[in-house]
Amino acid sequence: MPKPKSGLTGAHFMNGDVACAEGAIAAGCRFFAGYPITPATEIAEHLSQRMPEFGGIYVQMEDEIASLAAVIGASYSGLKAMTATSGPGFSLMQENIGLAVMTEAPCVIVDVMRGGPSTGQPTMPGQQDVMQAKWGSHGDYGIIALTPSSVQEMFDLTVEAFNLSEAYRVPALLMGDEIVGHMWEKVVIPPGDKIRIVNRKKPTGPREEYLPFKPDDDLVPPMACFGEGYRFHATGLTHNEHGYPQTSSSEVQTKLVRRLCDKIQKNADKIVRVEEVMLEDADIVVVAYGIVARAALSAIRKAREKGIKAGLLRLITLWPFPEEQVARAAKSAKAIVVPEMNCGQMVREVERAAKETPVVFLSKLGEEPHTPLEILEVIRRNK
Amino acid sequence: MVQETVPVVVHPFSKYLRADMMPHIWCQGCGNGVLLNCFVHALDELQTDLDKLVVVSGIGCIGRAAGYTNADSFHTTHGRALAFATGVKLANPELEVVVISGDGDLFAIGGNHFIHAARRNIGIKVLCANNLNYGMTGGQQGPTTPLESVTTTSPYGNIEHPFNLVHLAAASGATYVARWTSLHVRRLTQSIKKMLQKEGFCFVEMLSPCPEIYGRYNKMRSGLEMMSWFKSASVVENFSDPSKADITPERIVVGDFVDIEKLSYEKMLHEKISKINEMAIEGVS
Repeated sequence: MPKPKSGLTGAHFMNGDVACAEGAIAAGCRFFAGYPITPATEIAEHLSQRMPEFGGIYVQMEDEIASLAAVIGASYSGLKAMTATSGPGFSLMQENIGLAVMTEAPCVIVDVMRGGPSTGQPTMPGQQDVMQAKWGSHGDYGIIALTPSSVQEMFDLTVEAFNLSEAYRVPALLMGDEIVGHMWEKVVIPPGDKIRIVNRKKPTGPREEYLPFKPDDDLVPPMACFGEGYRFHATGLTHNEHGYPQTSSSEVQTKLVRRLCDKIQKNADKIVRVEEVMLEDADIVVVAYGIVARAALSAIRKAREKGIKAGLLRLITLWPFPEEQVARAAKSAKAIVVPEMNCGQMVREVERAAKETPVVFLSKLGEEPHTPLEILEVIRRNK
Repeated sequence: MVQETVPVVVHPFSKYLRADMMPHIWCQGCGNGVLLNCFVHALDELQTDLDKLVVVSGIGCIGRAAGYTNADSFHTTHGRALAFATGVKLANPELEVVVISGDGDLFAIGGNHFIHAARRNIGIKVLCANNLNYGMTGGQQGPTTPLESVTTTSPYGNIEHPFNLVHLAAASGATYVARWTSLHVRRLTQSIKKMLQKEGFCFVEMLSPCPEIYGRYNKMRSGLEMMSWFKSASVVENFSDPSKADITPERIVVGDFVDIEKLSYEKMLHEKISKINEMAIEGVS
């Protein structure tokens, strides 16, 4: 049995990929399977060194499909498990994201986004996978996706992703980008006992009465693991509460798929996190996330200096979408500005939630995120 | 009136199967039931602890075998059984992890996972039902379909060279490789037993008659006709060269092909982890 080793604490200077890896260890992750890909490789490299120190497992698989399959297997064997990749690998993982959703396997998937489509720009940032995060695998399902804006958040939100994934038995996605992944910043890591850790619910009743997919009131079923004597079955096919395939029943399909969506949507108020800056009296609201939100913060401050009432709504949770928060901010605003490093993805969600309030989209692709001045210019034009 | 009740006789192997999953989905004349039967016999003879057994399958007719086994079981996406099982075995090496899947699942869509699982020598035991085509989807040509066989997607005769699975498994690094047909029930059971007792990656192939689908197009319309082919063509040649064991209409070489000792991946990994963990606790590193 591996002995417990205490994790890193205190202030450190590190890059975002390493912070993510340390966050995983702090969250109790003891299984990592991955495949090298820029700009996420440093997560794998760091964990190949650190995991064994904590008695954990690092395995390099033959591709990203296998990586996520192994992660789901390890999760069913009782370990907290993670993989990390970028766009091309994220595309390959979509198949098994569906399997993790369907079999309700807690796991964390990190996508350090780069420019796409296809091989695209491996060393450049992007925010082009955010819709894929929600809709990438076939069928309907609920999922959780978080976006870090700093190296500190690469640590904090990795922990949070594990907690949410364990609480809701769903894959939790950490949608970073090349800049937060490769940037070096100060990270403060609290002592282990000060870090909030959530573990999956375990079944409590007699083994022979255990129904692996019978949910509690929160719509999440308690989870037994392999080797615990429950002798349960799980399948990617539509299944009843027993876990048995029911491929011709409309009733079972409706009940299962609705619950997979509802367990996220109906718990959205407990999942969603945003940061609100100077929104109380804001005429112009910038809705931004990830690395772009930092330029947006600078832009609204500069706008305030010039007497423009601008505010920032930073989305920390992308999925489930912070609909209420956007709607609230939109109500009293004259215009909403959405800067994104893509051709228009989350802006569609913002538009939907903002209703009548006009939404201005500011797209940027390539090497750099928006500068504060570029965002300020749009704020000024729409004030 | 004196009423008598016929006592219910419980089948001695019913504890190994999920009766509430029955009836199974397999066709008349199919060999998958034979494979499951031999597997269950092997479990019984070895007195395998069912609480520590995980049966994993991919997609296809035989993919349902995982669900029929009364152990922890998981039915993965198509081709991914071995990758999933790798995570299971590494996370908990105490578990006996068996993958039961078909030739299409393991060697077409899952081919990459197969060669790499074998190369790593992870202690997963693979039981492959080779029915020479894609049965579940109605009989398409696959990676094991013999040359000139007629299938729904090779209506003019198959021109793709089939994989010789035992050769592939041996070349990829498996520590135990055997092939039998559904005719060789005792020897197949012995091979499964041997595989379950070995360390590292093991592969047992069973040629499975598919008269309803494959046989229908290839002049073997009944299970019996397919079995007659197995009977007339099978040659037992233990430890013969797997590279010369191509399946042809005239000749099916069966037997053990490989039986070697090699440290398993999970053993090497966990030994390394213990050492590094120990050093990290003591502050050596």
